[in-house]
Amino acid sequence: MSMLSFEKKYRVRGGTLIGGDLFDFWIGPFWVGFFGITTAFFAFLGTGLLIYGAAIGPTWNVWQISIAPPDLSYGLGMAPLREGGLWQVITICAVGAFGSWALRQVEISRKLGMGLHIPFAFSFAIFAYVTLVIIRPVLLGAWGHGFPYGILSHLDWVSNVGYQFLHFHYNPAHMIAVTFFFTTALALSMHGSLILMATDPREGETVKTGEHENTFFRDSIGYSVGALGIHRVGVFVAISAAFWSAVCIVISGPFWTRGWPEWWNWWLELPVWY
Amino acid sequence: MRAFTMKRFASLLILGAAFLLGCEAPPPESVQRGYRGTGMEALYNPDTLQALVNANQVPAAIPAVSSEGPKAGDIYQNVEVLGHLSVGEFTRLMAAITQWVSPDQGCNYCHVAGEGFEADTLYTKKVARVMIAMTQNANENWGAHVGGAGVTCYTCHRGNNVPEQVWTIGVPPRRAENMGHMMQNVAHQESSVYTSLPIDPFTPYLLEDGVARAQGDTALPQGHEASIQSTEHIYSLMMHYSDALGVNCTHCHNSRAFGSWEESNSERVQAWHGQQMVKEMNNAYINPTNDWLPAHRQGPLGDAQKVNCATCHQGAYQPLLGANMLADYPNLGALAPAPEAAPAAMEETPAPMEMETSSLDQGVMGGEAN
Repeated sequence: MSMLSFEKKYRVRGGTLIGGDLFDFWIGPFWVGFFGITTAFFAFLGTGLLIYGAAIGPTWNVWQISIAPPDLSYGLGMAPLREGGLWQVITICAVGAFGSWALRQVEISRKLGMGLHIPFAFSFAIFAYVTLVIIRPVLLGAWGHGFPYGILSHLDWVSNVGYQFLHFHYNPAHMIAVTFFFTTALALSMHGSLILMATDPREGETVKTGEHENTFFRDSIGYSVGALGIHRVGVFVAISAAFWSAVCIVISGPFWTRGWPEWWNWWLELPVWY
Repeated sequence: MRAFTMKRFASLLILGAAFLLGCEAPPPESVQRGYRGTGMEALYNPDTLQALVNANQVPAAIPAVSSEGPKAGDIYQNVEVLGHLSVGEFTRLMAAITQWVSPDQGCNYCHVAGEGFEADTLYTKKVARVMIAMTQNANENWGAHVGGAGVTCYTCHRGNNVPEQVWTIGVPPRRAENMGHMMQNVAHQESSVYTSLPIDPFTPYLLEDGVARAQGDTALPQGHEASIQSTEHIYSLMMHYSDALGVNCTHCHNSRAFGSWEESNSERVQAWHGQQMVKEMNNAYINPTNDWLPAHRQGPLGDAQKVNCATCHQGAYQPLLGANMLADYPNLGALAPAPEAAPAAMEETPAPMEMETSSLDQGVMGGEAN
């Protein structure tokens, strides 16, 4: 793959966290780096184990393939490969790959002299995953509390875990997380449409500037957060969605074992009613 | 800037503290209820579990007596449902019932002093006769639900004249037609278990013949219709099942297909038989007593206090956590031999597999009940 004329400017040495100059080179368009190597290692091993799991499992139907965690009886110990051990090794690979990818983002950011905003935001997604398969199972005392790796089976798990608490919509952190997910979608769609309005005008019209963008929102809601501000809003609502998702599942079980509707009794029990 | 950060930090702390309010500390006890990775699990706080164990201790049994000798029905008069017992067994059971149901009032809760034991003066004695027959019937004919441990008076009464958890038909609000609670949106433990769901799911499913089936059995809608209201009534009933047994939905169901018997745990079949059993108890035994019950034993609409899951289970997945008291009191294990037996059972109930394909849940919640 050929190099674009301006790319030479960016293809400079340095910025690595580990390995010094050893992995500081490019393969085609991709910068390698130490964490590029570890990402590839964990990703290929994990994917290979998923395929192996499918091969020894009952189906090749891609919707139904499922690599399930061990029985609860194994606690926090290792299980035989065919009885959940595969899930445990794949989990290690996944955490290794995701973590490596975040550190690779750190190295590239350093190489380019950028802030660490991107790995900071990505780490919230990793945090949500780690909460599901490491933090919560450890707090509950068994790896079997993790979710199975399968397209449909992980959805079935989500459904059943919700019904473990009778009515999950009463989970306060779930309420907050859902609200942030919807807000993220709303903010992104409004921002996207605003930019398209300005930069992709109808034929015969001129490209608009930030003044139009700001004025639209000042006219409609009395305030425009601005070109920089909307991206701060975007990062905030998006990482909040991931963060509160992690909170809503980690409190379900480790910190609350009954139905979520019952949790709200603190409201009924406030002394102001008597 | 620093002050702003501090303020933000402080508000985060307050928010965090608010979330910890009323929460529990890890780790809970966990029980696997399905294949690994399905998320079918029960989680219990150890303290709550210990409290449950403490609350479900069985009282010591009165020493057994011989079943030989003259029968109670031959010696005493007006003995309808226990006449086939020996006098010793009869006396022993009377002593046990006193201990279970009226430990404070003693024999005089049912019998008037100086009047003779045979007199049916007090409504409590007539109720006791019906309740004994109901218990015998449950043990003899409802093994599919109570099998293994069986039930005695103590299963429900636990030393109370009336079991602590009974229900009467819900009263619709009379005023403020558009502002009333419309039989829902009331945080209420006994029925909807603190949700906004309908507060009387018992009348349609534990008294009338409502079929708790809202889910279609095809992936896409193909003629199966269930109203939102009946769906919510079923959800409310299921909340009651869960609360009464101290379990969650996955005790019986794999929620990916609530209606599938193949993917459900066997407890779901047991629960279905329980529903039929409770319906029979309410209709064949309890409702007829309403003709002579005093007003203070009736609900606001003048109906008798009825049975639901919580009446026996009282928060335990098996009443008294599965303790077999019936083994100590086998006289409650079967109805008295004819002809003076208890009221006949209701019509035949369909087997669970037939229920699945039976008529859809339509018109269960008619206008009048609401």
